[in-house]
Parts: sequence; C-alpha cells; structure tokens
Amino acid sequence: MGYKVLIVEDSEASRDYLATAVTSFDGVEVVTTDRGFEALKLLPLHRFDLIITDIQMPDINGLELINFVKKNPNYRHTPLFIVTAEGREQDRARGLALGAAEYLVKPVKVEDLVGLLRRYLELA
Amino acid sequence: MSTDRPLSDFVAEAVETAEALGRELLRLDASADGEPSPAILNAVFRHAHSLKGLAALYGQATMADLAHTTEDLLDRLRLGRLRLREPVVDALSEAVELLQRLAVAAESGLDAHLQTAVDTLLSRVHQLAQVPERVSPDLLQRLELSPDVRGVLTEYEEHRLRETLRRRALVWRFSVRWPLEDFDKHLPALVERLAPYGEVIATLPGHAVDDPTAICFELLIGSAAGEERLAAALAPDRGALSVVPFRKRRSRVDLAQLAGRQERPAEVEAAPPAAEVEGPLRGSSRTVRVDIERLDEMMNAVGELRLIAANLQRLADGATAPGVLQLPRAFGADLLKDQRQMARRLDALQSGLLAARMVPLDQVFERLQRLVRRVAREAGKELELLTRGGDVELDKLIVEQLSDPLMHLLRNAIDHGIETPAEREKAAKTRRGRLTLTARPSGAHVVIEVRDDGRGVNTARVREVALERGLLTPEQAADASPRSLHRLLFTPGFSTARSISSLSGRGVGLDVVHTNLARLSGVIDVESVSGLGTCFRLTLPLTLAMVRGLIVRVSGRTYAIPLNGVVEILALGPEAVHTRGGRESILVRGTALPLVRLARLFRLPEVELQRRNVVVVGLAQERLGLAVDELLGQADMVTKPLGERLARVEGIAGVADLGNRRTVLVLDVAALIGEALHAPGPGADARLALPE
Repeated sequence: MGYKVLIVEDSEASRDYLATAVTSFDGVEVVTTDRGFEALKLLPLHRFDLIITDIQMPDINGLELINFVKKNPNYRHTPLFIVTAEGREQDRARGLALGAAEYLVKPVKVEDLVGLLRRYLELA
Repeated sequence: MSTDRPLSDFVAEAVETAEALGRELLRLDASADGEPSPAILNAVFRHAHSLKGLAALYGQATMADLAHTTEDLLDRLRLGRLRLREPVVDALSEAVELLQRLAVAAESGLDAHLQTAVDTLLSRVHQLAQVPERVSPDLLQRLELSPDVRGVLTEYEEHRLRETLRRRALVWRFSVRWPLEDFDKHLPALVERLAPYGEVIATLPGHAVDDPTAICFELLIGSAAGEERLAAALAPDRGALSVVPFRKRRSRVDLAQLAGRQERPAEVEAAPPAAEVEGPLRGSSRTVRVDIERLDEMMNAVGELRLIAANLQRLADGATAPGVLQLPRAFGADLLKDQRQMARRLDALQSGLLAARMVPLDQVFERLQRLVRRVAREAGKELELLTRGGDVELDKLIVEQLSDPLMHLLRNAIDHGIETPAEREKAAKTRRGRLTLTARPSGAHVVIEVRDDGRGVNTARVREVALERGLLTPEQAADASPRSLHRLLFTPGFSTARSISSLSGRGVGLDVVHTNLARLSGVIDVESVSGLGTCFRLTLPLTLAMVRGLIVRVSGRTYAIPLNGVVEILALGPEAVHTRGGRESILVRGTALPLVRLARLFRLPEVELQRRNVVVVGLAQERLGLAVDELLGQADMVTKPLGERLARVEGIAGVADLGNRRTVLVLDVAALIGEALHAPGPGADARLALPE
C-alpha cells in the first residue's frame, strides 16, 4: 500500500533533494509545492500520510501551516516534519509544541530521513 | 574577492557612502535618546553594509574590518540587543570619521597613526558590543496575543512586531474569510493595498468551521496610520479590524480610543510623528560624480568660447557700422545674428556648468554637527548647534575649504564663547549654550554666520593685548570703538585666550581663518556684545570659476574688477574727496567711504583729471571707493592665479584674458577692503595712505 507525502519547500534545490530522498522509500508518492498557500489548497484535495515543511517561506510560515494542519480533524494525527536551514531554538520549540514530530536542520542525510519515514509511516 | 576597477572609483564611492552613512547617523543621533527610528537605523546599517562589501571587493582590509565591526554594532541596535546610548553614538560617529579618512587614504596608503586610531576604535566597539546590555522591557510580552497566535510566530515575525511597537505604531488584528480556491489572490492584493499604511506581519490560516470551501485568515498588521485609513484600505475584504491591546498594567489605557485618535500607546512619550518614523528613504541617487578638474576644463573652454564670441561681435559691429558698403553690412548683420545666438547658448552652457559645480552647504554643516558634539563634550559644555540654510549652494571648491575655518570658529565659540553650565546659570542664561550656523544667499555671495550666545569678546582684554603688542598707541587704544578693536582679532598672532586650549587646536588664531577666507575671495567680520554672544559673519562668492569683470584703465594700464564686488560707480570732482588723518575718503549719501587711488596703490604716475571715476566695491557691510581714470566696459573672465613668483602681490587676485588677446590683472576686492579696513592705524600702511 502506498503513502502520500507532501513537501512544502520554497528552495527548488532543497525540494528536489527531499523529494528524491523521500521517494527512495518504497511505496511513497510525493506531492511538492513551493508555496504555503498552495499547501493549504492541497490539504483537502489529498489524504497525506506525512507532511514535510520549511519554516521560512514567502507567504505563510511553516508554523502557521502546522497550526492549520493540526486543527484539521483529518490531519490531527498526521506526522509532520520541519526541515529548515537555520536551527533556531524558539522556532523548534514552537514547532514541536504545535505538534510537529521532528525538527530537522539542513543538510538532512537521506538515510536519516528514510529512517524517520519508516518509523512514522510504518509504525503509524 | 578582488576587482580590476581603478582605485579612484573605490575612493569616490567609498567617500560618498561614508558621507551618506555620516548623514544618516546624524539623523539617528538627532532622533536618539533611547529609541532610534528603525527606518534611519536601517539606512545607517545599509550604508555600513555596502561600505563593507565595497572595501572587501577592493581588498581594503582595514576598512572592511572597521565597516564590518560597525555593521555588527548596528545590527545589534537594529535587533534591539543594544541600546543607542552616548558611548555607542560616539563610537559610531568616530567610526564614520575613520571610514571617511580610510577611504581617502586608500590611494596614498595607510599611515601608522590612522591604523592605531582604527585599532583603538575596534577594540572599543568590541567591548561595547560585548557588554550585556539591559534591553528595554519587551513590549511584545505585554501585547495581548492569544497563545494560539503566539505559538505560530517565528522569531522574525516577533521581531517585526517589536519593531512595530518600537516605531510607536500599533498592532492590528484583521479577521477575514475567503474562498479556499482563490484566497491566494485576495491575500497578496490586500497586502499590496495596505503597503502604504502598514505591514502585514503574520498571516494565520484557520479553518472555516461552517464552510469547507472557505478559509479564514487572522492577519497581524503593524501600522501607524489611523483606524480610518486602515479600514479604508481593507474595505474590499469584509472582515473585522481591531487593535491588539496591551495587557493592563497600572493604569488602564483605552487603546481603541487612542488608536482612533491616531495617538500612540501609553508608555510611549514624546513619540515622533508617524510620517517621520517611516522616514522618507531616498531611492537611488540621481547624481553623477564628476571630477572637479573636468568641470574646470569645461569652464575654461566656455571662457574661451566667450572670448571668441566677443571677437565675433566686434567684427559684426564693425561690419554693420554706418558707412560700410551694403554687402558687407548685410554680411555683418548675419554675423551679428549668429553671434547673439551663440552667446545665448553659451549663457545656458555656462550656467549649467556653474550649477554642476554647486553643492549644498549641508555637506560641511553635517560634518560640523558631529565634531561640535564631540568637542562640546570634551570641553564640558552643554550646547546645541542649530543650522539653517544648509540647502544654500556654493561652488564645491569653496565648500570643501570651508570646513576648517568654520570648525575653527565653532571651536573658539565652544572653548571661549560658551560658558560652563554653572557660569551660565549664574548669568541667568539657559544651562545649555546655543550655537547657530546660518547660511543665506545675498546676491552673488553667500553669507554664513557663526553665532554663539556666550560671554562675548572681552573688549578690555583685546585693548590690553593690542597695547602690549604695540598694535595700537595708548591714544588709539583709548579712542578705538569696540568694533574696530574686535577687528584686531584677525591680526596675525593675536590671541586673548589665557591658555591655549588643546581644543582650539595648534595655537592657530583667527588670522588664519581670515587668510583662508581671503584665499576664497571671502571676508570675515565679527560682532560681539559682552555677555550676550559673538557673531562671525563670512561673506563668500558663489563661485570662483567665472565672473564678469569691470574693465578699468589706470595710468594707461588695464585692470579688471570682479563685477560681483562692484556696488556702484560714481563720477566725482576733487571737491568730493576729503582728507583726514592722512587718509582720503568720499561722502556717499552721507556715509564716508575710504578712497583708494589705484594709481597710488600700484605706484603708477597719476593722471590729472577733472572728474574722477570712483568704483565703489563692497563685501558684506564694508564699502570702499576705488579711484580709476577710465571705465572701459565689462567682460567675462576666467581668473587664473598669477605664477608662483608673483603669487603674493597684494590686491591682485590673478590674471584674466580678455577677448582681444589682452591680459589684465584682476583686482582682489576682498584683500583691498581688508587692507583698507584692518590696517591698524594711519600711516601703518603707506600704500594705502595718502602722504599729507
């Protein structure tokens, strides 16, 4: 059975990297977007099993997205990863408090990410 | 990183950036006392930042280092991690000064002295940056935001909110709902409409409980505009606008009411008006840097064209004269027409070039502001410097050479004029002294006044010193008016200061100021009232580049008198000349003016004449009559300095070419007036005095 993962990331290089890493996990379909707004629209159209988001984005920030996701009854239990370039303690604390499962600082190793996917997708 | 562009480009750009940095820093300082304007702070930061990049690009390590450290300090200020206190401002203004000097030194190379100054400042700045400062209480903590909202703010958004509060603006909440399918069109449109009035800091998406096809947004907006304007900008999107209140502290403040009246939050006192807060940040500059030497060359070319035009006119005039044959006359008429057109174009070109040489006095005024603040602090004086007329423009060459004389006068005023705060209070004056620096145009001149409200010139002391130095006889000293005594201050080596303050600098007196100004064809005058203050008045020509001259003949020789110094021309019989105390004077509308016979001044044989032409020249308040034999007319002239050997001929400013390849000497009106007025007593200067 397949999983659907949403990647929200405005940097193209980073997005491609993450998408490649995620698809290396068997049975995963990836949906990517470079904009938080687009993500808001995609949420009701799909049924994502996992969401990966950046924090600093031009339209809405990652924390706002997490807050929105977590308030949607359909996504209340969906694991959510933050992948960001700058490790800021406050953002991390807030992200986790909002219900993010992991806070990852770039560069993220492929095997680490795959390990986490296995843990959150297969054990879920 | 390195570049192949010439170093002169670097110097020009670096100097300009450093000056801009200095300007913004002054604005910052003026707005300081705690909370700096973020817009200005940002501007200062940006300039430091670009200076850093520029220096690095050109491999100017010392400068890059200093700019980087400065940028760092500014960043701390910007993020509110450091308060803008006096030592910080001092360090910053010193950094700006050093950056300017480093920029200039880039071509000549660093001297050890400058390097030491930079090193000292660097360590001071590092210290300042390291001292953990108690930042003002975090206003953000008192903003009544729900934990929900709080929880999704990034550090950056919090910073923007703090900035908003620091700017005395309010944080507003706007709740709005859009269709999910096109909210991403509505929201950016709203942000854009709002831009003139405020900043959308956070956009919180939320679910519309009753409608799955809609999405809610909670926007946090920072704005200093009133509710009315905000609401108008938001109107196309129907939503609820409210101000985010502060948590109550001691007294209750009705923020909604405050907001409606466009006032500021309670804890903010003496807030700057909102318009100023946003700070009109000038966009990209519309100026072009031109080497002044190039302008000089062009100006010379214009001067030569003028001469050709004058020759053409003579030719045309000759060809159209009565008696000349018809055909040549028609040719002459054509020639004249073309000549006039050419002259008109030349006028335009000339005034354009002159305008290009003009720069506002602000360039030097701003530098002085900074120095005055420092000097005052070192001297333990409390004072403010007010400047007016900084927009008055003068020839760049003059402006550049003005800062030394002006600083000298200001230092004098701070050291010797303005009393200590205690003394001032005793004299029933405000503790804080006041210096005013004013510039105003006056015909072809600009008058700059340096005024203080200090103790005034000690006239008695001036009289004493004049006697000690033998500048005046006891009789003269007794008779001398305060005004003529004050003029002695400009005599070389004259100083009444009991101890030469280190601040007044190198023991140089007002005579140097006087000489420096004379070199710019300017004059200086002083007025002082004991106990009330002193005013130095500098009168300077707008430009040194090209002037019209009045051509006169004296004993068969031709001289030019710059027309901007000519007040009027009189024809006088011998009865109009009075001789008193070995000096000649003429009476013009009831006022006696000193008369100088140019023939005698230049030791030429005098021509006997029934009526004599007297050219009254003037600078500032001073008038002087120059007796000449004949008036020959006017001409444009570019004055060039005399050669080295003749450089110091009194009364001659330089030499100019006239159209018909004649060269004339140009009189130095300022020097002539200075000689006539400042000569200590009768007979002291034989050249200007008439033997009985």
